[in-house]
Amino acid sequence: MATTLGVPKEVFPGEKRVATTPESAQKLRKLGYDVIVQAGAGESAGYADAQYQEVGARIVPDASGVWKEGDIILKVRQPEASEIELMRPGQTLIGFLWPAHSKELVAKLAARKITALAMDAVPRITRSQRMDALSAMANVAGYRAVVEAAHHFSRFFPGQVTAAGRARPAQVLVLGAGVAGLAALAAAKSLGATVKAFDTRAASREQVESLGGTFIPFDFQEAGEGEGGYAKQMSDAYLAAEQALIAQHAKQADIVISTALIPGKPAPQLITSGAVVSMASGSVIVDMAAEQGGNCALTERDQVVERFGVKIIGFTDLVSRMARQSSDLYATTLLHLLESLTHKDKGFHIDLEDEIHRGMLVLKEGELMWPPPKRPEIRAGAPTAHPGAPKHAPPPPPSGHGGRVLLAVVAGLLGLAGLFGPATFLQHLTVFLLACVVGWHVIWNVTAALHTPLMSVTNAISGIILVGGMLILGTGSGWAAQVLSAAAVLLATINVAGGFLVTQRMLKMFRREEAPHK
Amino acid sequence: MTFSAQTLSGLAYLVASLLFILSLRGLSSQESARRGNLFGAIGMVLAMAVTAFVVLQPLFSPASETGTSSGPSSSAIGLLLAALVVGGGVGAALASKVAMTSMPELVAILHSFVGAAAVLVGVASYLANGPEAEGGLAHLIEIDVGVFVGAITFSGSLIAFGKLRGLIGSKPHSLPGRHATNGAIVLACVVSGVFFVGAPAPERLMPLLLTIALALILGLHLVMSIGGGDMPVVVSLLNSYSGWAASAAGFMLSNDLLIITGALVGSSGAILSIVMCRAMNRSILNVVFGNFGAPGAKGPAGAAGAAGPAGTVHEATAAQVAELLSAARSVVIVPGYGLAVAQAQYLVHEISSQLERQGVKVLYAIHPVAGRLPGHMNVLLAEANVSYEIVKEMDEVNEDFPRTDVVLVIGANDIVNPSALDDPQSPIYGMPVLEVWKAARVVMLKRGLAAGYAGVDNPLVYRDNTLMLFGDAKQSVAHLLNALGSSSHAA
Repeated sequence: MATTLGVPKEVFPGEKRVATTPESAQKLRKLGYDVIVQAGAGESAGYADAQYQEVGARIVPDASGVWKEGDIILKVRQPEASEIELMRPGQTLIGFLWPAHSKELVAKLAARKITALAMDAVPRITRSQRMDALSAMANVAGYRAVVEAAHHFSRFFPGQVTAAGRARPAQVLVLGAGVAGLAALAAAKSLGATVKAFDTRAASREQVESLGGTFIPFDFQEAGEGEGGYAKQMSDAYLAAEQALIAQHAKQADIVISTALIPGKPAPQLITSGAVVSMASGSVIVDMAAEQGGNCALTERDQVVERFGVKIIGFTDLVSRMARQSSDLYATTLLHLLESLTHKDKGFHIDLEDEIHRGMLVLKEGELMWPPPKRPEIRAGAPTAHPGAPKHAPPPPPSGHGGRVLLAVVAGLLGLAGLFGPATFLQHLTVFLLACVVGWHVIWNVTAALHTPLMSVTNAISGIILVGGMLILGTGSGWAAQVLSAAAVLLATINVAGGFLVTQRMLKMFRREEAPHK
Repeated sequence: MTFSAQTLSGLAYLVASLLFILSLRGLSSQESARRGNLFGAIGMVLAMAVTAFVVLQPLFSPASETGTSSGPSSSAIGLLLAALVVGGGVGAALASKVAMTSMPELVAILHSFVGAAAVLVGVASYLANGPEAEGGLAHLIEIDVGVFVGAITFSGSLIAFGKLRGLIGSKPHSLPGRHATNGAIVLACVVSGVFFVGAPAPERLMPLLLTIALALILGLHLVMSIGGGDMPVVVSLLNSYSGWAASAAGFMLSNDLLIITGALVGSSGAILSIVMCRAMNRSILNVVFGNFGAPGAKGPAGAAGAAGPAGTVHEATAAQVAELLSAARSVVIVPGYGLAVAQAQYLVHEISSQLERQGVKVLYAIHPVAGRLPGHMNVLLAEANVSYEIVKEMDEVNEDFPRTDVVLVIGANDIVNPSALDDPQSPIYGMPVLEVWKAARVVMLKRGLAAGYAGVDNPLVYRDNTLMLFGDAKQSVAHLLNALGSSSHAA
């Protein structure tokens, strides 16, 4: 019997996402799995039961049915107590588990002899980008944060000059240039706002600028990049300096979107009450770190509050507010993960040698596997990773001793010949060597794009050897010499004519965009 | 007459030499390149005209002071005219007919002509002096060296031509004991050269012809044993040889113009060879004498091939790739030899201009050894009307990849292989490559999963941000263009 994937309806209050969409269910079935979905699981994300049935998934009336039949349970949120009760030994659970700050949950799952894989623990390496659910969710959240801000902001985002007056563009300040921050930056920018972004990691400057934002550098001697491309926690003095800089920029901002998180730690308090007071009334702060205590001192979780004339939004369900989009993305990352977990012979198989599988594995049939053993870091191209120095510097090109030796031998022979040869030879040798030097210098200046024309020109001018043929013909020598030199002239003339003409043809093709005709 | 023909020709040759130098100098930038070519042509016409005057002059001087120089016979003049007309006609025809994708072949065959001309001039010069004349030791050595270099250039270039044209398999072939064979031939050449110089005058012709024959075999064997992908270096080297051959002819004829021009061409080819070798992180000796990528190559090459990284390949359809391209902000196109083979440059240009119309920023990235000739890709793209300002060299574009959304690799393989940077076991480790994998997405258009010329597996195809679009380059590109057209209308 094929392995069964169970998709229960999320039970956390207000959670609208679903771990599998009809589209991904279809692909999971192609991988060889049976898929069962709890009735109504996709409803709040916009997917009806019938749509799941259409692609061959089976609808189960209640959660207990899913937990009973499913070999592997696909979830979004951490399991609630009611769900843990339904688990059976040997079952596999995949979803956001946050093992670092959910010791209690992990212990409960261990007691149930569960195998658990945490979607939030996908190692940040190039190969795993397709499974990076965190980044996918952060992207959605960043976008939604801007939409929420726009909703509570009573002015335009773009600058406009109209007959009815002038509106200046909204000033948006983004704190933290991770995936969420960059998504917010891009969304605000495309609405027409002027965007500045702050991040302690200098490496994020490039990404901010590539999206059209202005980067606010932070010059404090303590590098901000932690393990795995995430920011790390800093000292008090550092935090104070950070707060001061942010207060200064917040004063001029209409919208502040804060995304600063440190894995496994409370969110850093970057926006002080003082900073909020200094902001113009009508401004909006979206605190995306509300779930971890908030980046702003005055944030209230899941609330919109107005303090000193500034609206502070502390929603923790930004992704759920875009349930369709975030479900689609999450389901796709799960699909990619299952593709990687599906061995072509063994079926579902967690490979402990695989860096991704090992990194995500929290429990193996109740045995604690987390945190994974540290590995030397090899990563590139993860969304927030900085383009660091390559691991290995390429070796220098071979020094070409052979070439130099050869050159020395040739030079020595020529020198000997010059010393002992006739005077005319010495004269020719001088000319020859001078011409070599001139040629050497002139040709290094030839641009690489014109190397083919260079070859054809040199083809043409090496046809100069026809002069030799002509001179011999002119000496009135015997017929054999005449025929041979005429043949030489013929071949060399092909070179001259062919070389120059084809070069001309090629050079005519090299053109510049919209070159004005001469 | 105050000016003798000698002085006049000397002066004219000096001017022609300067014009040739200016001609090469013109190629330092696109703007001055055409003027440079014109200078070269003027220099050549000047040299020919003056030489013709010198040759024909005895006919016009009513009383020749010396009885020895009888001037050219009418048959010689007829031969000369015929050679010029036929040669010029053939050359012009070749130049106007050749497809830009076939430039490497044209260049190779033209090298062989120079080589052949050098041999012919050498032998003719020897015969013209009269087999009995004692031209002096130096002169004889010059002839011997001249024909030797000329013959190697001739046969080597013919083989290169055959390989480029596909008439001969591009795989390396060589006799057993390759280096010993080459060494033996060189030695035999020296011996027959000594005989040529040392033999009594009437018996010299045989050793001379023997030298030529041996040198022909040497050139043939040298180039036969080099694989198709190393042709940029080989063609550059032969370019250099053709220059040295011309120079050698100048020595034997005591003609400074030939010496200078030959030296210019020789250095040019040498520099191109160096540029190409650096781009492959190999020495010239390694290219010419090493058996790179040959079947049964020893050491790490074989091992890496066997234990090559396997993994999942993500295949995509043309429609998906088109969607990806339309959604991108910046696209870099990396053309390789496969593009030239498929003659897909026009279609690729249409894709890039279509994308540009949609507001996508498009650049082309050229690796120095892409194609079979230095600068080959530039010429192909220029032919397809791609503006040279968006065609970038490796060093200009490498740092742009992290900011690039999609890289389209068309018919290239080794030049985008990440092993060159991160796998010390790889035979191409250390070769500078286009770091396309740093872009958000890479799409490789490839016929199949075969390794590139170097015979090295390319881990790029297994990367998760790499999509493969399999099929003949031209068809894939055509499908892509279609899909792009329809998706842009839908949008």
